[in-house]
Amino acid sequence: MYSSIKQPELLPYGKIREDLFRPLSGMTKTYFAAILIPLLVILFGAYAWMAQLRYGMGVTGLQRPVFWGFYIVDFVFWIGISHAGTLISAILRLTDAGWRKPITRAAEAITVFALMIGGMFPIIHLGRAWYFYWLMPYPNSRLLWPNFRSPLLWDLTAIVTYVTGSVIYLYLPLIPDMAQLAEHNAPWRRKLYRALSLGWTGSDTEWHALERAMKLMAGIILAVAVSVHTVVAWDFAMAIAPMWHSSIFGPYFVVGAIFSGLAALMIVLALIRKLMGLELYLTRHHFDNLAKLLLLMSVLWLYFTMAEHLTVWYGNDPNEMVVFGARTRARFAPLFWLMVSVNFVVPFVLLGIRRLRSIGTGVIASVGILLGMFLERYIIVVPTLSNTRLPAATSTFYTPSWVEVAVTVATFAGMIVLYLLFSKLFPIVAVWEFKPHPHEDDL
Amino acid sequence: MTHRWGMAIDLDRCTGCEACVAACHAENNIPISTPEQAATGRTTHWIRIDRYYEGAFPDVKVKYMPVLCQQCDEAPCEPVCPTYATYHNPEGLNVQVYNRCVGTFYCANNCPYTVRYFNWFDPVWPEPMQLQHNPDVAVRMAGVMEKCSFCIQRIKRGKDEAATAGQPVADGDIQPACVQSCPAEAMVFGDLNDPESKVSRMAESSRSTRLLEELGTKPKVFYLERGR
Repeated sequence: MYSSIKQPELLPYGKIREDLFRPLSGMTKTYFAAILIPLLVILFGAYAWMAQLRYGMGVTGLQRPVFWGFYIVDFVFWIGISHAGTLISAILRLTDAGWRKPITRAAEAITVFALMIGGMFPIIHLGRAWYFYWLMPYPNSRLLWPNFRSPLLWDLTAIVTYVTGSVIYLYLPLIPDMAQLAEHNAPWRRKLYRALSLGWTGSDTEWHALERAMKLMAGIILAVAVSVHTVVAWDFAMAIAPMWHSSIFGPYFVVGAIFSGLAALMIVLALIRKLMGLELYLTRHHFDNLAKLLLLMSVLWLYFTMAEHLTVWYGNDPNEMVVFGARTRARFAPLFWLMVSVNFVVPFVLLGIRRLRSIGTGVIASVGILLGMFLERYIIVVPTLSNTRLPAATSTFYTPSWVEVAVTVATFAGMIVLYLLFSKLFPIVAVWEFKPHPHEDDL
Repeated sequence: MTHRWGMAIDLDRCTGCEACVAACHAENNIPISTPEQAATGRTTHWIRIDRYYEGAFPDVKVKYMPVLCQQCDEAPCEPVCPTYATYHNPEGLNVQVYNRCVGTFYCANNCPYTVRYFNWFDPVWPEPMQLQHNPDVAVRMAGVMEKCSFCIQRIKRGKDEAATAGQPVADGDIQPACVQSCPAEAMVFGDLNDPESKVSRMAESSRSTRLLEELGTKPKVFYLERGR
């Protein structure tokens, strides 16, 4: 009956509420299985990490001189994914783009979960992970502050700020929905939602305050997001290692992060559209816009990759050229050229040609982009470390061990579990955004 | 006057016999590396002999170069450590405090000489080697970074003994294990702040050069190039 309506905003509000609150109740077998299988994967990942804690970092594939491997790649990858929510939601909220409404919350949730996962990796990666709190600046019995000159400390600061900010940014637009849900629900849920709604009554003053808070947070979170991935890039750029020490790394990483974040968002949206039956709310229109954004980021990514590699090649510094050769011609060349094809060639064809652009091809391109961005980080981290400045110190090749692979796979499972739990507890599309504006009622 | 410890290595004299490596292992409680570790890039030698080959078989020339921590004045490993596990001590030594190390690996990545070694597992010694540990040196646990300390325990003892005798530390009194055991006397250790010390005079030699000097790390190990 409503299938002819192209914009979800035009649906009657009663139906919107009905549709979007419905997935919260009930528990199907599929849902149960979908959460149980990833949980088993997580358990195995936890077992792998236990082995690492028990026996030492030797259970990983790390070695001299490749001291950073899959864990650091995972770290940069997940922090990159977290840029999905901020870009979509903050930029679109600030520019007041109408089409953002059904996708903001799904995006913001990705941000929070990806950050939680990414933030674990600097700890998992530590030789003595149980002392991770030594990196935190607080007055302690060791009478020693951490070293503020270390990029790792900037990292810690940036990520903690980003997690805090994005949790607030996810929470603020949840408040009106919480108030709606508190009215009618199972007793334990009613309690939860009432507590979370902070006594929201929906008065004019409250709406104005919320509106202002969201605008303010959108501005703040945007700046924080850009700075976070710049700081992540500086972990590499501040080092004197060949092909890490590059001033372009800050913006290069930010672009890569937004790129991979958008791809993740595309996949997640297509999944919840299918699984939760939200075809009326997440329409071709949204995916089309996302595809265009992906296309833009793909071209930007290519530009940065080219700028980075062209300057190194032209500069012809012997140490850098060894790494450049390893990336483009020698051992890592298959990975490098695979990265270029899935990050640029495939999306450019699938999303650039209008006739080919659809939800299905968008998802295919996005999966490729996620793989490509994982490869990109691998290609940045490993070839530089494998090719030391002193030729005699170059050692055997790094390959990740089962522990690193298990932990990596477990984080993807973790994302699935967190997302499934979130979508069971909270409406994945912000319902109140579709509410006729309070002032329109007054007129 | 504060000391500024430095080393000079005459590559013309080095025969690549690896006596320095063995002495260093014994002095500093470094576990004995196994072939399996070597195959996986997990060996630990605070001083190692890098080999460079020149020419094609059968006219091959092997050149040896002992490489240890260069004790840089502008050490790239120091600013990146979040816990001050590696820092600059007043005598210019680049010191590693094992108890502070959490194992971020950042220092090792940022060392252009790749002379930092990690404890991948808790160290083990074949029986009865564990009985000959040097009591002056800590045994490092799994998860911490370590590297050449210029035998800081010997430096300390040398200074203490000189102070007890009421005399300044004489040139050559303090010798790290590698220097002491070098049969060719290719390695010389001493105070760079003393212009008369042997190491200072060798550092002034026209053959004197420093490893990867162009990076601006200001190493305190001087290599005397081979004569042609």
